[in-house]
Amino acid sequence: MKVIYTDSLVIGGGLAGLRVAIASRQRGFDTIVLSLIPAKRSHSAAAQGGMQASLGACIKGEGDDEDVHFADTVKGSDWGCDQDVARMFVNTSPKAIRQLSAWGVPWSRVRGGDREVVINGEKVTITEKQDAQGLITARDFGGTKKWRTCFTSDGTGHTMLYAMDNKAIQMGIPVHERKEAIALIHEGGLCYGAVVRDLITGELAAYVAKATTIATGGYGRLYAVTTNAIISEGIGNAIALETGIAALGNMEAVQFHPTAIVPVGILTTEGCRGDGGLLLDKDGYRFMPDYEPDKKELASRDVVSRRMTEHMRKGKGVSSRYGDHLWLDITLLGRKHIEKNLREVKEICEYFLGIDPVKEYIPVRPTQHYSMGGIRTNATGESPTLKGLFSAGEAACWDMHGFNRLGGNSVAETVVAGMIVGEFVSDYCAANSLNVSTATIEHFINQEKKKITDLLMRNQGENPFELKAEMQKIMMDKVGIFRNGQDLEKAVEELKVLNQRAREIALRNRISSSNPELVEAIRVPKMIKLAQCVAYGALLRTESRGAHAREDYPERNDRDWLKRTLTTWKDEGSDLPEVKYEDLDVMKMEMPPGSRGYGVDNTIHHPDTKKRISQIETIKEANPGADRYELQELLNPTMIPEKFKGRNERIGRGFK
Amino acid sequence: MNDQERILKFHIFRYNPQKKGDKPRMVTYEVTEAPGMTIFIALNEIREQQDPSIQFDFVCRAGICGSCAMVVNGSPTLACRTLTSKYESGEIKLLPLPGFELIGDLSVNTGKFMRAMSERVESWIHDQYADEVNFDKLEERMDPEVADQIYELERCVECGCCVSACATKRMRPDFLSAVGFMRLARFALDPRDKRTNEEFYEIMGDDDGVFGCMTLLGCEDYCPKDLPHQTQIAYLRRKMAFVR
Repeated sequence: MKVIYTDSLVIGGGLAGLRVAIASRQRGFDTIVLSLIPAKRSHSAAAQGGMQASLGACIKGEGDDEDVHFADTVKGSDWGCDQDVARMFVNTSPKAIRQLSAWGVPWSRVRGGDREVVINGEKVTITEKQDAQGLITARDFGGTKKWRTCFTSDGTGHTMLYAMDNKAIQMGIPVHERKEAIALIHEGGLCYGAVVRDLITGELAAYVAKATTIATGGYGRLYAVTTNAIISEGIGNAIALETGIAALGNMEAVQFHPTAIVPVGILTTEGCRGDGGLLLDKDGYRFMPDYEPDKKELASRDVVSRRMTEHMRKGKGVSSRYGDHLWLDITLLGRKHIEKNLREVKEICEYFLGIDPVKEYIPVRPTQHYSMGGIRTNATGESPTLKGLFSAGEAACWDMHGFNRLGGNSVAETVVAGMIVGEFVSDYCAANSLNVSTATIEHFINQEKKKITDLLMRNQGENPFELKAEMQKIMMDKVGIFRNGQDLEKAVEELKVLNQRAREIALRNRISSSNPELVEAIRVPKMIKLAQCVAYGALLRTESRGAHAREDYPERNDRDWLKRTLTTWKDEGSDLPEVKYEDLDVMKMEMPPGSRGYGVDNTIHHPDTKKRISQIETIKEANPGADRYELQELLNPTMIPEKFKGRNERIGRGFK
Repeated sequence: MNDQERILKFHIFRYNPQKKGDKPRMVTYEVTEAPGMTIFIALNEIREQQDPSIQFDFVCRAGICGSCAMVVNGSPTLACRTLTSKYESGEIKLLPLPGFELIGDLSVNTGKFMRAMSERVESWIHDQYADEVNFDKLEERMDPEVADQIYELERCVECGCCVSACATKRMRPDFLSAVGFMRLARFALDPRDKRTNEEFYEIMGDDDGVFGCMTLLGCEDYCPKDLPHQTQIAYLRRKMAFVR
């Protein structure tokens, strides 16, 4: 039995995982990162557009601060997020950007003086302040009041990931590549690490640790077409689910990005619209202002995706052999801008579509993009039910995005959660000693060994690739942008059948070492369980909130549904997860539920909402002299780690 | 897009070092071409429908992560963004990237090589105060032009095409290669990195470094990101020549 010991085990080598490892090492703990691939190839690299932080240095960001960022994030989440977490996040994000700047990210900077930009389809000249020259600049993104999205041309995720991995290398943090965690080791409600399969040799080893952090990203590949990398299969979420103890939160909250190219689903960044790009229909008509006169193309992602789908349903889509699509027009931005700030987009258009976006429209349609759901953690990043298990980034339901994430808030979350959760992971390592018997470790290894042997021995059975394709089709057709009870019921029934068939997978290539079919056979049953969590959660949630849009329940229903879905899978023989709910406490909200300002407000209000609003008024009246920090402390005291508590300085404003 | 269906012939290098007695060989697979088909799509189809044992690496499948470099009809390139329609004959020969440890079939261990490269060139900002920065305060300013220039050099995705296309690397196993030079050029340009020319010289001032380059420039020819290898190698050489 091969056993490797460490203090802080991190599963996943993207931005969140690396940052947790760095935090652990900074605090003096031994740490190991496990990754399916070289860390620099993680899906974090694909975040082209940018990272939100309220630095307020560019002229269109003037007046921005934590409060504005907080309000945008909470509104964007359709009041589904945890407001304590959102507070911790907005306060730490500016620090994260500045730290990454010191670590080498070449953030694009403010150029003082006049520059031409495109706003609402018109060329406009804006004048940047001379005294902001050389500070980190920002661009416009959907659902934000200010220009807050900091960027490096259009390679933001790439430069952040390179700086982060370089920092990890500098600190001598080992990244064990081509390793897959296939089960968690746990006993008595405590997590002790993972059973890990070497993807080259096939060898199983136990990585035993005080604290285990899952940072494996989202589960986009449950869908046939997604912008996600092919490794975003949710396996980290699944191994947490399979403990029967850790819960997954809000799995039905799945975001569709408005502009992925047709048919392959590769993303074109929100920066296209942020920088002034427009959405056009088959007649070349700009339709978004008709639906959303205020924010137009830059409404929140869930809203734009739904409006596009609505418009295509009216017969206004461009038909193609791959189904209907719409056009993204960035020609008005001009060659110079596109070649500098949207170069990845240009490359993608050239290579995959054979078109030049400087002159031609880009065929796009809404495509699965982000998983708001994930391993439910409390604000420290730890599972409330399985101690010693932490999660950060897209893999987690920490829960700063609720039912819809704002563009630019995901890479921001990876780093910020890495910083904050990394501190709590370190606290946990400091406070606990490792106390697990080798018999327990052996039990978990043997369990996995047996599963693999069974797969290799079975003579006849199901083909894992086919099962996966069937699952992906069910999710596409029945658990998509618009959902309804009838389709969801069908999806749940069909997934039950798939779940049973997945117990009978047989291989054609029956070797235990490097074997892509075996990898698939291990993953697919896990993915089907996750798909069921999404579909079943979506069926039960009879309201529309953020990205979860029920045609049969179009209103947001705070009265009955201001709560987080918690899914566990206790019985291995079952075909359905157990579902419970966790109430969001309106009386503790700094920002009680209100309207997001899109379309008609048909919210069914929570009985506490009015009470809380008047309570807040009373607090404000009783403290007339309180500044925004004091007021926030009164309304929503949060437990930000000491390191990140400081106030953030802004140009022209100091620390106010 | 050509709508006419044609049968593509993929000639693929097969060898699994993990399997006892396995021998390197070329195997031919036939695939019906679909509109917009890339080598990524074709290889997955072969794996799913014909041979589930075939090994290859894709992650982003959008040309940004650098996982899938392989030799396609004699040229190292990113397979995920290579359209099959590009090959008129319909014959496509795939070989693993040379210069790297073979994992199996078309999969090579670029990760191990690149981590070693990063350690060798110390691919990070050298500033003893970087960890003591008070990040509550305004960040250090940077000339916007300089920031853009650094990004230009940082667009490398560590795919390994330059290494596999390098004749010097073939002769000198420890040759740093263009990927390493590009990284050094990136840090040499960065005002945040406090390393002196003498310190850079210690890393690259020999024949396994920038003086070993024979200037055949396969790196420049095959870089999928069109990075300015020629200019940067020349720049580093001049810079180093003045040190001693």
